[in-house]
Amino acid sequence: MILTLRIWRQKHARDKGRFETYEMKGVSPDMSFLEMLDVLSDSLVDRGEDALTFDNDCREGICGMCSLTINGVPHGPDQGGTVCQLHMRRYKEGDTITIEPWRVSPFPVLKDLAVDRSAFDRIIQAGGYITTNAGSAVDANAILVPRADAETAMDAAACIGCGACAASCPNGSAMLFVAAKVSHLAHLPQGAPERAQRVLSMVSQMDQEGFGNCTNHSECEAVCPKEINVSHIAKINREFIRAAVKSIF
Amino acid sequence: MKQIAHWYLSSIGAKLVMAVTGVLLFGFVLGHMTGNLLMFAGPDAMNAYAHFLQEKGMLLLAVRAGLLAIFAVHIASAIRVHRQNRAARPEPYAVSSYLVTTYAARTIFVSGLIVLAFVIYHLLHYTLGVTNPEFLRMLDPQGRRDVYGMVITGFTNRAVALSYIVAMLLLSSHLSHGLTSLFQTLGLHGPKFKPLVNKVGPAVAIVIFIGFASIPLAVLSGRLN
Ligand code: HEM
Ligand code: FES
Repeated sequence: MILTLRIWRQKHARDKGRFETYEMKGVSPDMSFLEMLDVLSDSLVDRGEDALTFDNDCREGICGMCSLTINGVPHGPDQGGTVCQLHMRRYKEGDTITIEPWRVSPFPVLKDLAVDRSAFDRIIQAGGYITTNAGSAVDANAILVPRADAETAMDAAACIGCGACAASCPNGSAMLFVAAKVSHLAHLPQGAPERAQRVLSMVSQMDQEGFGNCTNHSECEAVCPKEINVSHIAKINREFIRAAVKSIF
Repeated sequence: MKQIAHWYLSSIGAKLVMAVTGVLLFGFVLGHMTGNLLMFAGPDAMNAYAHFLQEKGMLLLAVRAGLLAIFAVHIASAIRVHRQNRAARPEPYAVSSYLVTTYAARTIFVSGLIVLAFVIYHLLHYTLGVTNPEFLRMLDPQGRRDVYGMVITGFTNRAVALSYIVAMLLLSSHLSHGLTSLFQTLGLHGPKFKPLVNKVGPAVAIVIFIGFASIPLAVLSGRLN
């Protein structure tokens, strides 16, 4: 296949950045999207140009590193998948593909297509954990969890923290990410002791990082590689109300 | 107090305030529409209803002041939220491709601003009599204010009638997202609820549009005179 790639190139965080167009020949339908970018990057280096920077690690949809917006959609056209799971058979001869980084202020571009997502780490540090006694592992079933709660918690726990939710949101809101973390722990007995403080601290950190407000567009749910449901956002809103009321009385 | 201010300034707090004020404003809109529909019951019914409201004196003033305050809080929060959202997403994608959001959702701030402009005009037009001072002096045979006649006279001006219809279109657009969105904001949303809640906004918005726009349309077409 021959494809035209319009790729965002930016030398460093303060560079203005611009699109470069590359003609890409010999693309096999069996290649993954990232393999295609590897080939492109190698050919750029061979020509004495700067290699193409993009985040990736596991390449099997579990680490959350890959982060490309393809033709306006974070993680590209496959529903419920990451970019690293996308294959070139999705495209056809002559297609033009526009590739951009996540575009949200709290995720500044570092270089080309790689952004700094440490804002998410700071939100987790604000309360996305439980406090527990380390030491020998307790018996697996010592604490009973209702089946439905366990299922809901595990759905939320599928979040890999890639940031596609914030990248897709017209308001640059990270609510689906924060909601997934809060909802996950709020459904489990292990999360109970810090339940109220967790939601208040994490929301406060989310705001400080400069993410926008959720106005329920649901774009996040549509692009989430783990298909996390926006009902977790309703849950974090309930958790917030509960924590606020609790701290008054 | 400091705690409450802190919650209000948080993103979830601001949205909760918008949802609650939005519901209250919607309650007013619904009541107002029902009252307006008395136009179809004839001059006597309409003027008697208007008279009944005006008789309330202090109570009417208190309700109006409350509504104004709710409106102001809704708008102030909307402006803050909107500015934060623009700041969080200053650069649009070169190729923009939304998957599920609606036009009404993406333009909710603009539709809100147009509703605000309309409300100001509407008050100057019918309530305060600034644009048409003669409206306030119209009386019916029983000596009550002739609200029925005032509405008919107002809407015989095609441009005025049309501007009311367009404004109601934008209010409906606002509500078609808002009335669905508020369930999610208030946490009243879950997998079982979702299909129903997603239909509430658009369905009620259509009812609201028909209810309000029917009056200028009826005057324009000569069915009400
Ligand atoms: C009759 C007047 C109005 C009514 C009945 C109304 C009603 C509502 C409702 C029910 C919501 C949903 C709240 C939520 O999502 O939780 C809403 C949201 C909103 N309103 Fe209004 N509103 C009115 C006027 C205005 C005005 C004048 C503005 C000014 C710009 C405005 C701006 C907004 C914005 C930005 C949102 C939030 C967006 C969102 O949730 O998606 N509204 N409104
Ligand atoms: S590279 Fe790990 S999820 Fe894509």
